[in-house]
Order: sequence, then structure tokens, then C-alpha cells
Amino acid sequence: MEYSAKVMEHFMNPRNVGEMEKPSGVGTVGNAKCGDIMKVYLDIDKDGVIHDAKFKTFGCGAAVATSSMATELVKGKTVNEALEVTNKAVMEALDGLPPVKVHCSCLAEEAIHAALWDYCEKTGRKIEGLKKPVNDIDELHH
Amino acid sequence: MDNKNRIYFDNAATTPVRKEVFDEIRPYFTELYGNASSIYEIAHQSQKAMEKARRQVASAIGARDSEIFFTAGGSESDNWAIKGVADALSNKGKHIITTKIEHHAVLHTCEFLEKHGYDVTYLPVDEYGLVSVDELKNALRPDTILISVMFANNEIGTIEPVAEIGKIAREHGIYFHTDAVQAVGHVNINVNDMNIDLLSMSGHKLGAPKGIGALYIRSGVKISNLIHGGGQEKGKRAGTENIPGIVGLGKAIELAVSEIDTENERLIKMRDRIIESITSSISHSRLNGHPEKRLPGNVNISFEFIEGEGMLLLLDNKGISASSGSACTSGSLDPSHVLLSIGLPHEKAHGSLRLTLSRNNTMEEVEYFLKEIGPIVERLRQMSPLYEEFIKNNRAV
Repeated sequence: MEYSAKVMEHFMNPRNVGEMEKPSGVGTVGNAKCGDIMKVYLDIDKDGVIHDAKFKTFGCGAAVATSSMATELVKGKTVNEALEVTNKAVMEALDGLPPVKVHCSCLAEEAIHAALWDYCEKTGRKIEGLKKPVNDIDELHH
Repeated sequence: MDNKNRIYFDNAATTPVRKEVFDEIRPYFTELYGNASSIYEIAHQSQKAMEKARRQVASAIGARDSEIFFTAGGSESDNWAIKGVADALSNKGKHIITTKIEHHAVLHTCEFLEKHGYDVTYLPVDEYGLVSVDELKNALRPDTILISVMFANNEIGTIEPVAEIGKIAREHGIYFHTDAVQAVGHVNINVNDMNIDLLSMSGHKLGAPKGIGALYIRSGVKISNLIHGGGQEKGKRAGTENIPGIVGLGKAIELAVSEIDTENERLIKMRDRIIESITSSISHSRLNGHPEKRLPGNVNISFEFIEGEGMLLLLDNKGISASSGSACTSGSLDPSHVLLSIGLPHEKAHGSLRLTLSRNNTMEEVEYFLKEIGPIVERLRQMSPLYEEFIKNNRAV
């Protein structure tokens, strides 16, 4: 199994690793049992634009790289546009993932959705098309 | 980094062919290519080379030449031993005893037999990966036909009480098979002293090429064929003999066994240096497997809060090849069945690192690795939400 150069680059130099003191929304998905946990923090302004995104990930190279890429992709987008950052979009931006690692890209999408859901709950806003996240992503995808 | 400067700590996965071995087998590809079954001179040379190798293999485990059968590797040997005995003794009984920590070549073969009406007991192991001899005794039934317990575990390096198990098997008149793929050439083995009836081995774990192995079958043991066809290997294993592989296995095993004592002393020093250094300097790390009843070159350590594949990628970036029991490196969603069987929770099993050393490794390489591993673990922990949570909870206390 070999990762693309882009996956390796994002794994070796992950963007946006860290925490936030007062995030607008925070979401954690995955579980330690299956070996992947991703936590995403979003800083969203009053116009609904994502100013900053941070993440922490327990997981393989693909999980770290997709976390890095997904947080990069949502920065500067509105909360509605952020829904377009799907697992497919993250995977394409990374020049693909080995077949056994595709589930890692689902984790990134779910984590962002979970953080957006948290933001909606905190602010009372609604994002059309956003569904309540499931905590255990593996129940969803396997 | 070019391959010459790389540090290879994954010798339980495979080993390079030794130069002495390669030199020995080279003529059998292009000059001495005869089919050992044929009548002419180059065929005789193949035949002679094969019988020399058979002697070398037999003497390495205290067997007779006639009890060694060449196969395509460890997996074939395991399949043959288990399916072959199960078939040959199906009138006597259909119960097999094995362990939860066997290699998949044994486990999946047993699962296959379960689908065909056999009953398999998978013995648990203790926190070190050791099989309990008492539990084995309790599992024995009148219809038990085979006990299959590995000699040494490929992941955590634990060496099983093979001689004790062999004694029990012999007392009860039950065949005893051991998958010794990781043990041959690293641990002294005598099939008679240990009452072993069938023993699997593989060439590429000890400096011979891939695709060659052998099964020791004690004289008189009833076993059906696995590979049907021509009359090679006294009609027990069909297929034109892999002469270069066979010659390589013979040479490699002879070399390895002659070096066992000196080499083990050196390997144990390096192994214990790694274990002591890591477990004393990196918090929340623990040794998996038994501290002493352990293969001389095996280190298996779990680091809490992190996942194994990340470690492997960062080590690879520093020129070090290693392996892990994490799900991501096993190609499934579950971490190693061995680590789960010794009682590790999933998250600790995911964070395991296995280093397997061989005669090619040096203490200098060990020191280089020890310098690199600390920062790698720290870097992944800084990225881990589990570590973040742990630190926060500890601050609150």
C-alpha cells in the first residue's frame, strides 16, 4: 500500500493542528476501537464565514492527511459552502486514497458536519441539508 | 535515503537472502536446472543438492532426513499439517485444539475445517501471550485428533511451553503440530525431546528466498496429501521441486543454527536495550509479550494515545522500517488479534510498534532508533485528541 505524494505531504506537514479556546463549533467523531478519532474546531463569524479551523486526530496517515486537507478546504467558506467539502472532495484534493483508507475521508466530512451542528445548536441557526451527526462513524459506514 | 543506509527492523516480516545462501543457489537457476525426477546427469545433481538440503534441515531440528518434506512456505506447511491430519484421522475424531494467537495460516485453516464439520477449541492466553498447560489439559477430549500451538508468536515474540505441550500430547496419543516459522534458526529445537509430530517452517524468515518452506512429519504420522499430482516428495507433496529454494533453505538453516548461541546473545542485548530505554523514558508505554520467554530479536511496545501507522510513516521518513498491530496496517478495521487476546484494549492495540531484529542489525542502529522514537511519539501525541483529553483530566485532578 502506498499513499499519494499529496497525502504524505499533508501527513508530514499537517495544516491546522491544534485546539481553540472558544470555538464557534466543535465536533468529535470516530472511536478509539476502530482506531480513528477526529476532533474539529471551527471559528465562524457573524456572517457565517469560517475564519479558522483546527483539528486533532488519533488515527493513521490517511486520517491525519484528510483532517489536514478538510480543515484547509473549509477555511474561508460560508457554513453552507462548507457542506460541499464532502469525503469525495477531500479525497480528490489529496489525489486519492488507497481503497482500504477510503473510510478515513468519511471521518473528516463527519467531523466537520459535527462541528457545524454544534455551531447551529449554540447559535440557533439552521444550515440547509445538514444532518445531526452520529457519534460513532463506523456504525454509519460499516 | 538509499536502501543501503536504511535500518531494517522488520525481520519477522521477511529477511534479505544471505550472501552465502545466494552464492549457493545461483547455479541452480541457469546451469544446474535439471528436474530432479529425470534420468540424466544434471537431474542427478538437482537430486543430490536437494538431499543435501534435506539433511541440513533435518539436522537443524533433530529429525531424520526422511521426515522432511519441502513445501512452498510456512502457510502451505500449516495448511498441510492441519488439513492433512484432520482428513487422515476423521474416523477417529473431529476435534482440534489450537490457540487464539496463532498465525492466520493456522486460524483460518481451522475456521475452514469448522465449516466442514470439525470442532475447534481456541485456547486463550495470559497477559504475556502464554498458553496455559492446564487449560490445554482441560480442553482434551476423546475425539481430539490434533493439538496445534505455535512455537513462538510472530507479533509479540512469546515462546510457548512447547516441550510441556508435546509431553501432554504424547501421553494422550494426540498429534502435536507447531508452527515454528518464527522460531527455527532463533531458538534451539529438537523434535524428539519436545515430542513434536509436525513442525512448519519457512525459508524467507531466516535468510533463504521467499516461496520455500518445509513440513517435518514424524515417521508414522498419518496425514493426507494437500497438493495432489506427481510423485515428488515420496508421493506426499506433488509439484516439481523448487531446487534453488530448497538449496537456499538448507544452507540458510544450517548457518542460522550454527550461529544461534552467539547471535542470540547479541540480539538479546539490543532487544533489551530498546525495551528498557523506551519503557523508562517514554511515559505510558508498555512492553507486549513476555519479558524473558521471548524471541531474541522481538520488541513489541504499545504507546498510549497514538495510532501505529503514523509511527511507521514517521519512522520510515527517518529511514527505519518497522511494523505495527494497528488496524490501519492490518488492512482491516480491527487491530491485531494477538494484542486483543493478551487483553489490550483496542486503543492500546492500535498504538503498538513491533521491531524485529536480525543478524544484520547493530547496536548503532538501535541507538539511532532510540534517538528518533521519542520525538515521533511526542509529535503524534500532540496531534491526538485522546492525549489532549488525558492532559485536561489530569490537570483537573
